[in-house]
Amino acid sequence: MESNVHLTKDLFVPIQDHLKDVEKINSPTVSFWRDVWRRLKENKLAMAGLMVTLLLLLLAAIGPYLNGYSYYEQDFTQKNLTPNAEHWFGTDQAGRDIFTRAWYGARISLFIGFMAAMIDFIIGIFYGGIAGLKGGRADNVMMRISEILYSIPYLLMVILIMIVLERGIWPIIIAMSITGWIPMARLVRGQVMQLKEQDFVQAANAMGSNTLWVLRKHLVPNTMGPILVNVTLTVPNAIFAEATLSFLGLGIPAPEASWGTMVSDALGSILIGNFYQLAIPAILISLTMFAFNVLGDGLRDALDPKLRK
Amino acid sequence: MLKYIFKRFLWSILTLWAVITVTFMIMHFIPGDPFAREGTMPEAVYKNLNEHYHLDQPLFIQYTRYLTSLIQFDFGPSLKSNTMTVNDFIKQGFPVSLHLGTQAILLAVVLGMILGVVAAYNRNKWQDYLSMILAIVGISVPSFIMATFLINFFAVKWGIFPVATWKSWAHTVLPTIALSMMPMAFIARLMRSSMLEVLSQDYMITAKAKGLKGKFILIHYAIKNAILPVVTVLGILTANLITGSFIIESIFGIPGIGELFVKGIFNRDYPVILGSTVFYSMILIFLIFIIDIAYTWLDPRIKVIGENN
Amino acid sequence: MKKFSFIIVSMLVLALFFTGCSFSGKTGSTQSGKNEGKKVLKTNNSSEPGTLHPGLAEGTHDSWVINHIFEGLTTRSPEGKTVPGMAESWESKDGITWIFHLKDNVKWSNGEPVTADDFEYAWKYVLNPKSSSYYAFQLYYLKGAKEYNSAKDNLKALEDAVGVKALDDKTLKVELTSPVPYFLELTSFYTYYPVNKKLAESNPDWYKSADHFVSNGPFQLKEWKHKEIIKLAKNNYYYEKENIHLDEVELAIITDSNTAWQMYQSGEFNLLPEKSLPPDIIGKLLTEKNPEFHTGPYLSTYYLDVNTDVKPFNNPKIRQALSMAMDRKAIVTNIAQGGQPPAYSFIPPGIPDVSGDFQGNTGNLIKEDLAEAKRLLKEGLAEEGMSKVPSFNYLYNTDEKHKAIGEALQEMWRKNLGIEMTLENVEQQVKLDRQKTGDYVISRAGWVGDYVDPMTFLDLFITGASYNDPNWSNKEYDTLIQFAQTATDKKERMNALHKAEKILVDEAPIIPIYFYTKPLVYKESITGVFTLINDEPSFKYADIK
Repeated sequence: MESNVHLTKDLFVPIQDHLKDVEKINSPTVSFWRDVWRRLKENKLAMAGLMVTLLLLLLAAIGPYLNGYSYYEQDFTQKNLTPNAEHWFGTDQAGRDIFTRAWYGARISLFIGFMAAMIDFIIGIFYGGIAGLKGGRADNVMMRISEILYSIPYLLMVILIMIVLERGIWPIIIAMSITGWIPMARLVRGQVMQLKEQDFVQAANAMGSNTLWVLRKHLVPNTMGPILVNVTLTVPNAIFAEATLSFLGLGIPAPEASWGTMVSDALGSILIGNFYQLAIPAILISLTMFAFNVLGDGLRDALDPKLRK
Repeated sequence: MLKYIFKRFLWSILTLWAVITVTFMIMHFIPGDPFAREGTMPEAVYKNLNEHYHLDQPLFIQYTRYLTSLIQFDFGPSLKSNTMTVNDFIKQGFPVSLHLGTQAILLAVVLGMILGVVAAYNRNKWQDYLSMILAIVGISVPSFIMATFLINFFAVKWGIFPVATWKSWAHTVLPTIALSMMPMAFIARLMRSSMLEVLSQDYMITAKAKGLKGKFILIHYAIKNAILPVVTVLGILTANLITGSFIIESIFGIPGIGELFVKGIFNRDYPVILGSTVFYSMILIFLIFIIDIAYTWLDPRIKVIGENN
Repeated sequence: MKKFSFIIVSMLVLALFFTGCSFSGKTGSTQSGKNEGKKVLKTNNSSEPGTLHPGLAEGTHDSWVINHIFEGLTTRSPEGKTVPGMAESWESKDGITWIFHLKDNVKWSNGEPVTADDFEYAWKYVLNPKSSSYYAFQLYYLKGAKEYNSAKDNLKALEDAVGVKALDDKTLKVELTSPVPYFLELTSFYTYYPVNKKLAESNPDWYKSADHFVSNGPFQLKEWKHKEIIKLAKNNYYYEKENIHLDEVELAIITDSNTAWQMYQSGEFNLLPEKSLPPDIIGKLLTEKNPEFHTGPYLSTYYLDVNTDVKPFNNPKIRQALSMAMDRKAIVTNIAQGGQPPAYSFIPPGIPDVSGDFQGNTGNLIKEDLAEAKRLLKEGLAEEGMSKVPSFNYLYNTDEKHKAIGEALQEMWRKNLGIEMTLENVEQQVKLDRQKTGDYVISRAGWVGDYVDPMTFLDLFITGASYNDPNWSNKEYDTLIQFAQTATDKKERMNALHKAEKILVDEAPIIPIYFYTKPLVYKESITGVFTLINDEPSFKYADIK
């Protein structure tokens, strides 16, 4: 091939200092989250989920004060009323106001959900992170321990916890977390393991970067996506699990109400036509599940760097 | 490969032993006396009962005694039944739970995959939203509510299916649906995200660029590659489904083994608690093993760890 | 993809395979159409019987079936009278030694005659410590029975010393430790039922399946699909078979009462006992006066145990205050909903007094009075040197109805007396255990009379008795009960029992809430079902039009 390009020396000049900055990447983390938010906003379903979540939180905060009834006061003359102007969601078998109980229950159910998610998050990050970073024998032993814990009958441990601690909201939260952190730990471990081998981390290591710095700069932001999604999904799962425990009679002690206890108390009401007593807490549970799940899915899509367009 | 199987087997035995030991300890640590009764309980009667079931012996002796009989696959007698041993309970109940669970997992896998593929292929279109809403509804409604609704409408109001019991295939329809909702939704969402990931891979883009038809790529490449994560979770899902669900079985009056464990705990029926735990763990370990093998078979990229060393 | 389709296909094949075998037995023949012409009662037993051996049975999930397939020396008529069963007649001069003469025509369901030997064998089997029968103590009235049941060795000699002996095929001699006024009634109880000796000795597992099962009652066991269904058929060897109209009885095992009720609605059941009825449904049927709904008195009281070892509940005034500051009527009409009478005394109606009804003669011993309750609470607290009742737990076994009652009491005491109480639900086995060991403050309790006499309620609370969970002790009470246990004069005896009940209720270690009733639903085509006050409904004489 004939070359007709003439390269002369004066074509090459030393780079000017101010142009060096062009190659620098400016605060990639910030733009990453901004990017995530932008993509999340595009996802209508996820935004609906976020709105519903915020609305539920707001009503849990102010709902119990809105119509002047308390969650525990009984009035047998007012029992089994269908929703009306006085009792917006009607009353239950003991004449208690379902609207107040539903939002009081929202506090308890959401509190259980968030606390369980937080505990899972903290334990999961530490356990999984250490196992993933250390690798080898330590990792092996740690994973085996979690495997055995996972195989021990869950209900037995729940009952044990409820007996060791007084009955109340905390034993339920601890019961949720006793094995709940394991999937999180596995996830974190998997992510860390994978990232440890990635070129950019190895490159950073090779260039002599401090391990902690690598962790903070690369591992945390890169593993955050799946972890955050998992946290979002833990909240509704814990609310759900609490409902199942209530069905087995292991829920929050009466007269306090969670959505789970309200539902299991009202299961029979469908037979005598008091459908709303079951429907209201059931819808609230489903709505929460729905909101958190679409939000989680949206986050997953928004966070996944591979799906970036 | 053989070496790997052997190693896995040893580890399974060890896990099983650990689970038995911990369960045994917790079970005897939680309060509640299996022979407590309302009303009179003369000392002689109480002593006779304890002697008969060897509960008067030191815990360690009971423990070794249990392990010895377990080696011969003898789960022992039930403290609540003079007619059936734990082996009998499993022998009679397991085929039922297995049948129901298999139907449910099949329904879940087929429907879940279809929903997931449709959603991923039509990402952010109405098909995607619809599939995901369907899937999320599946995980948003607790199974006891779902079961109550199904019975109330399909059996009592419309009379399409029988209310409960286990007599013919028609009797299995409602419990199968109720049981498969959760795993179906789970698989659908897993399939969707896994499909999305596969669809964004370079070889997919290449295939498209080469002018291959969308549906052809979908069927011949995408699904095949996206299926692996679903296969991974299939082990635990199947184990959970075929060992029965307490809630579904008690609501639908199904004579499976789902209630064995829960009732065992409530009655403090020690051999039943241990027997159902061991049985569940064995199934779980076996299935996870099968899945691992299937995994290597399905995905040629994965080599059994033992082989490389 | 091929591999995956392979997996799916093989799973499908497996599933089809299971479909074939998980339905036990002949599915087709259970279809309702085939039952035409036959009279089949279809009901629900709620839970799987632990056994159908009468000597090992305990609790209604066993005994409801057993009572219909076995019969004792005596049995009870629909009016509740003790009438001849397997025995034709009996005599006893001193109430200690009894001679029973068996009927000539009584046979087992395999055609063999029922003999006195079968009774001797069955009773001694129950008492054998190796049988580990829970209800063995029901036979402790027999001479040498307790000794044999508590023995560790020397069993043979002790067995021979037990006071039951077959003098010949048709004559049974029974010796008691002391005269027991209600002994005849006891012989109709299932622990006293006979067992076919020949069968039991040749096949120790005879009672474990329907295949070899032999019984002597109006029905016999035809099929027992565990956790699924128990089928009974008319016993054609029964001495009174012309009065037995049902051809078959099917007892399903459906735990969930909502499901059971829905099956009744869709016609899969035609009779349901209380356990299979959701409380809300009972309330609804009662208020709408549904013709399929039936209810009657039940020899049972719903009450609270108050632990008298816990301050300030050791003070009777505090306990009385609690008892006075509740609205029993509201609890009964809104929560229990079965037409139960509120309990202002402890012993339920239905027990005959010297004349009239025992409970009727007692009248109301408790007066609900808020002002008085507040006064007593204040006084009691002052006596204990306390300013207010410290917060405490109310213990109940997990159950929808117990929970609702606990919530109501919690509200009533909070509103009326300013007492803070927390509800704590545990499983039944834990509740019983904790009550026994005194690890509770207030707990719900219930008691069903073993026999129709006030004693079955009152002897529970003598000092140190095993169901005296309040751990209450009162000398005068103990003396009165002791007196009544041996008194021969009926009037004096009943007088003592009335006095004892008043002491018990006044001192309030227990707080009665209501007297149970026994609701039952069955289709209008069914007749002849009767319910005795301390038993489950009997369909022995039932008929379907």
